[in-house]
Amino acid sequence: MSESNKLDTFPKLLLDHAKKRPNKDAIREKDLGIWQSWTWSQAADEIIALANGLASLGFKRGDKLAIVGNNRPRLYWGMCAAQCLGGIPVPVYQDSVADEMQYVLDHSEVRFTLVEDQEQVDKMLEIFDRCPAMEQIIYDDPRGLRDYDKANLHDFEDLQELGRNFAKKKPGYLDQEINKGSGADIGIFLYTSGTTGKPKGVVMTNDNIIITAINSVNFDQLTENDEIVSYLPMAWVGDHIFSYAQAYVTGFCVNCPESADTVSTDLREIGPTYYFAPPAIFENILTSVTIRMMDASKLKQKMFHYFMGVAKSTGVAMLDGKQVTAKERFLYWLGNILVYAPLKNTMGFSRIRLAYTAGEAIGPELFDFFRSLGINIKQLYGQTEAAVFITMQPDGEIYADTVGIPAPDVEVKVNDDGEVIYRGPGVFHSYYKNEESTKETKNEEGWVLTGDAGYFADNGHLKIIDRAKDVGKFSDGSMFAPKYIENKLKFFPHIKEVVALGDGKDHCTAFINIDLEAVGNWAERNNLPYASYQELAGHELVYQMMLESIEQTNKDLSTDSLMSNSQIHRFLILHKELDPDDGELTRTGKVRRRIVAEKYNVLIDALYNGAKDCYINTEVAFEDGRKGSIEATLNIVEAKTFKPVVSSGSTN
Amino acid sequence: MSGENRIGDTILEVKNISLSFGGVKALTDISFDIKEGEVRAIIGPNGAGKSSMLNVINGFYHPQQGEVWFRGKKRVAMKPYQVARQGVARTFQNIALFKGMSTLDNLMTGRITHMKTNLFWQSIWAGPAAKEELEHRERVEHIIDFLGIQAIRKTPVGRLPYGMQKRVELGRALAAEPKLLLLDEPMAGMNQEEKEDMSRFILDVNDEFGTTITLIEHDIGVVMDLSDRIVVLDYGCKLADGTPDVVRNDQDVINAYLGVSHD
Repeated sequence: MSESNKLDTFPKLLLDHAKKRPNKDAIREKDLGIWQSWTWSQAADEIIALANGLASLGFKRGDKLAIVGNNRPRLYWGMCAAQCLGGIPVPVYQDSVADEMQYVLDHSEVRFTLVEDQEQVDKMLEIFDRCPAMEQIIYDDPRGLRDYDKANLHDFEDLQELGRNFAKKKPGYLDQEINKGSGADIGIFLYTSGTTGKPKGVVMTNDNIIITAINSVNFDQLTENDEIVSYLPMAWVGDHIFSYAQAYVTGFCVNCPESADTVSTDLREIGPTYYFAPPAIFENILTSVTIRMMDASKLKQKMFHYFMGVAKSTGVAMLDGKQVTAKERFLYWLGNILVYAPLKNTMGFSRIRLAYTAGEAIGPELFDFFRSLGINIKQLYGQTEAAVFITMQPDGEIYADTVGIPAPDVEVKVNDDGEVIYRGPGVFHSYYKNEESTKETKNEEGWVLTGDAGYFADNGHLKIIDRAKDVGKFSDGSMFAPKYIENKLKFFPHIKEVVALGDGKDHCTAFINIDLEAVGNWAERNNLPYASYQELAGHELVYQMMLESIEQTNKDLSTDSLMSNSQIHRFLILHKELDPDDGELTRTGKVRRRIVAEKYNVLIDALYNGAKDCYINTEVAFEDGRKGSIEATLNIVEAKTFKPVVSSGSTN
Repeated sequence: MSGENRIGDTILEVKNISLSFGGVKALTDISFDIKEGEVRAIIGPNGAGKSSMLNVINGFYHPQQGEVWFRGKKRVAMKPYQVARQGVARTFQNIALFKGMSTLDNLMTGRITHMKTNLFWQSIWAGPAAKEELEHRERVEHIIDFLGIQAIRKTPVGRLPYGMQKRVELGRALAAEPKLLLLDEPMAGMNQEEKEDMSRFILDVNDEFGTTITLIEHDIGVVMDLSDRIVVLDYGCKLADGTPDVVRNDQDVINAYLGVSHD
């Protein structure tokens, strides 16, 4: 294959699909209650018109196009259109407030932005003057924008019209630009969500993304017949790989939900074959199933529990290709008709062939629940700097507590400090305008530090313990791995988030966030009136329920020789949900430990000084950016701890 | 704010309206007009006669004296459904939706004044009725999109939170494609965020569809921000009438409605 017609950029892949499978659906969107589809040839037409439109406004090689909004076909097209011209798309987390966006847009010197709707246009106009490089704003949905000053503001369709005229005047210009592109070109900037400090702009070449996508597609045998529902933020590397890169590599169809609130309905209607979700979403699914089963009739509850028992013993074994008896097979078959198939249908997993989860460790019970239903859910371990894939679990070798073997072409090892390091084709080019960080993270031989502590288990699978910097020690020197404890607790459906504390102390304590949906439902069934989250969280019976969960966890922990010191001695239930708008979580939902520790300093002191309760006044940010404060006096409760059980054989 | 050019001629005028229930005089000699494309507010303390006024406009009450002129014609005594056919839709102070029906079905009922096929076709749901329903469904889907209520399309209305029900009710009124939309306390009982959403929708309806809106509201801040002109009622009498600035500085209004200042 000659150099020029190698499919090493997304525009080239696009034109190839338009030629090879012009009538195959490329992307769908639910609009006005109906799924609208675009075939590859239609998508190519749209993208070409848009790219020409951008060119007519003066967008050129090396310029950046920010992309802000929910997953919409037009925004995905914007990425490819920018790349047609040798530009660089910069997707931004759409729920960030204007100031957060300003940092990213200013840092990346964005000239053009493509946004979803009025809400995002307003944010752009707010920061327009503070981003000197910014020139033009293009919007998808014109609603509410009629009376805006249109000097730097363009309707998506109008721009495409400009583009079509431009193409008539300068035919061949775009093809020329597309052919200039190569795999070594910078393809995209992906900003990290930033658990610590300012977000960093991860610079990726086309090769980084495309080669990684090809490798992962081959690893899991994805084909053009797969279907995916894209609902995770476009700014996140995972969505870029799953909903963009893999779709362009294989030609499979990407489905955009109607709105962020309708994802579960849309999932059901589409029935994707390939699905990715962070553990929190699988947790939510399980929580809502559990709640709905509690409301179901006695007969249904009995059936559910009986057959879930069958599934647990038989389903996982069958999925891993192990031998099961004829009776077990029959019961599983019956269970499938009565319980599993209808359940999977409700969850939108009827056609699921492959599901991935990553981002956080997943509770083994949760993992088994889905696998026992015959859903091939696997874990992968990755990060933005690797274009996602560092390790993946191959079919038939799925373990809840490990994250799999190195992804194709990726080398992984654990360095002398116990930190996991890797190198491979997906390794990022650099951090944008941040040579220092680039050097700290990536050495000259291309090895990248993950920041995670881990080790290879005997079966060759990588096991991640925690963020290297989060793993601490109790005052007696035994290991304190907060995430391990938190994950154990988060498996309880009524617990949404946990922050375990104990580094440098002599015992472990915890903050709890209740799950409003689960606990609210429970309160309703028990005739427990409440007016607010705060009131429910502070209720005596809710504390009692949490206490039981914690004591059960303590009992579990006491049997684990490594973790028996991590039993939770005292805890409190927070009066508000940890929220990315208040800086307590990242936009991807991970706890920012340092910020939580600073903000709730008084509570931590109270947990360790034996106080019975503690007063706190917390500042909160509302959705429109205004600030307010809530105050509360939180109870602190002691939990029973258990004597470590000396492992004298098989526990569990 | 939005330009003045959207406001057109008088769409509705009430002249010297008096309404009494037995010996209670609810309204006394009220006159004002509503111009096409404007947001017109009626405010006043409890019992001032605001809802009675709305009920007169919407044909539910028939005043003993006075005239209602709608789109250049004097209106004879009408039933509310006849007024609705003329292009007047409303929402209610205490939500009046069909609680057991889904959001979608509730919105479809808003289309009833536009349905043309007869009972026969509708009951067998075939031929022209099925075709017509598709067209109505499309209109309704636009409204669902406009109000951002896709996620509750199939949810029975009774299960929705209060703020959402208010939104659905607005949607049903919009489904009728009214010339004049009457909103009876659209923000009563809402929290700040819901109020902001609702304000946004009211302005958007006015702006995008050019619908004339008349609303009753207690939240003075909201009224001052949203309205082009305000009528103030007190004990059934008109106290003031004008732009928010005029009303805000009117001594009678300050005295009667906002309290007399002692300084």
